Amino acid sequence: MKHLPVAGKFITVLFTAAFLVACSGSDAKKEDEAAAAAAAAAAAASASAARAAQEAATQQQSLDDAAAAVGNVFYFDFDSSNLRSDAIEALNAHIAALQGTERSVRLEGHTDERGTREYNLALGERRANTVRDYMVANGIASSRIETVSYGEERPIAYGSGESNWSQNRRVELK
Amino acid sequence: MKSLTALVLNLTLLMISLVARAELTIEITQGMDNPTAIAVVPFAWQSAGSAPTDIAAVVDGDLNRSGQFTPVGRSDMLGLPSTQAEVYYRDWRAIEAEYLVIGRVSVAGQMRIEYELFDVLRQNKVHAGAVTGPVGEARMLAHQVSDAIYEKLTGIRGAFATRLLYVSVTRVPGANDYFRLTLADSDGARPIVLLESREPVLAPSWSPDGKQIAYVSFETNRPAIYRQDLATGQREQLTNFKGLNSSPAWSPDGKTMAMVLSKDGSPDIYLMDLASKRLTRVTRHYAIDTEPAWMPDGKALLFTSDRGGRPQIYRYNLQSGNTERVTFEGTYNARARVAQDGRNVVMVHQQNGSFHIALLDLVTNRVQVLTSTQLDESPSIAPNGSMVLYGTKYAEQGILAAVSVDGGVKFRLPAREGDVREPAWSPYMSR
Repeated sequence: MKHLPVAGKFITVLFTAAFLVACSGSDAKKEDEAAAAAAAAAAAASASAARAAQEAATQQQSLDDAAAAVGNVFYFDFDSSNLRSDAIEALNAHIAALQGTERSVRLEGHTDERGTREYNLALGERRANTVRDYMVANGIASSRIETVSYGEERPIAYGSGESNWSQNRRVELK
Repeated sequence: MKSLTALVLNLTLLMISLVARAELTIEITQGMDNPTAIAVVPFAWQSAGSAPTDIAAVVDGDLNRSGQFTPVGRSDMLGLPSTQAEVYYRDWRAIEAEYLVIGRVSVAGQMRIEYELFDVLRQNKVHAGAVTGPVGEARMLAHQVSDAIYEKLTGIRGAFATRLLYVSVTRVPGANDYFRLTLADSDGARPIVLLESREPVLAPSWSPDGKQIAYVSFETNRPAIYRQDLATGQREQLTNFKGLNSSPAWSPDGKTMAMVLSKDGSPDIYLMDLASKRLTRVTRHYAIDTEPAWMPDGKALLFTSDRGGRPQIYRYNLQSGNTERVTFEGTYNARARVAQDGRNVVMVHQQNGSFHIALLDLVTNRVQVLTSTQLDESPSIAPNGSMVLYGTKYAEQGILAAVSVDGGVKFRLPAREGDVREPAWSPYMSR
């Protein structure tokens, strides 16, 4: 959302410079002054636009860094597709980073090995949809989000027991 | 969908007939209390050279695996008769064999196996028969001999001359695992890899004539349902909808496929007419509806739904459109499969936090837990209704295991390498 106002300002400045050039009198000196002023204004405008673009890029970079820092995996409790508070915090960082861009994301839902495979496919989809719905409610267009469920087919940890299962109940944002 | 309906993919890259990386072994863990002692004498080879397959050993293994028989060891046999004239009943009474099987094998273009079954105590011939077929199908011919002997002695049609589909997985920590859809004989022998992928493959199922299979593959990075002809290898992608595409289940007449799609929001059961590819929606509920299984008469479907809060089995009547809940015992009952009698249902049943295979009697509504391990899933019932194959974990490895429907006989079929899961027992093979 930030780069559009910056571009707008840049165009306004250019128009002003062009208007000054067009409206200047017949006096050669004035013309030269006007031309110089226009050139200076254009230079200043371009410098300011570059600065603004740089700032926006820096700001986006820091949002991306913040999103990267929280990781792209959101964990769930057993047999639940409710977002945990730690997942909401992490998701908010990703949403902030996505808002300034047109990037698309893929949400991959996963479950632990307990229960039947096909039911777990459905449960993984429910988890991915929960994350998608939260992102949509917070301003990310649903057209930018793809969801897919892997059920229990793609474990992070292969073993049994809660220490492994808790790592596998997740949605990955890619 | 138009581009998909006739999409037949070339399988030269995907369909690899690899030799057995996931060959199964068999460990019998529990047999019946008083199994019948039967002596299967090595069959006489009557052609040039040496016998390509030990037919008697295959028959021995089949009868042993049923848990209802205990084969006599060859080293205990006092003679090796191959004709009735050579049979001395006292030799078999002496080693307490109740029945005796002898046979002869010859090849003249086709392989021919002749066999005879004797009752040692009554001292008479119970049955004699012969099977003929390609030499390359020697093991299948041996299974047909087992089927005939089993039926003669138990009154139940044998299911040894059948096949299994299963998924085997080679773990690759930190990267995508290898998934292989494998076809093998009912004893795990002669495995053939039908599909190999770095993306998940699951839910294999059989057409009622045993000539085609269907499964879910993620090879396009999304789940899609495929069907494949076993004789030609020709493959067709049946679905490619947004969301879930899973649980393919052929109707008993082979014309319709039940499946699970979530294209309209939540997972629901749909029917696809396989000729026209036209879809009919069966369930409409915001809850999860999945794992459809046909009743043998084709008039109703069982499925899993958590519309009541927890997963339970429901029955949908295709004629009346009515849905009724079937299971009430326990907090988790899922993935039903119905025996050919239309009465016995096997399913996954949770008890004290563990997932077991249970038998549900649709007439009495009685639930009997058949297994005692903790992560049992994907039950598949033999076409004669006698045994249930399922997936479980043993020593942190995915293995196949089997249990008889009365719970009395148990055996394991661990793979020599990797994890195995999701067995699908074929129907009787048309001869």
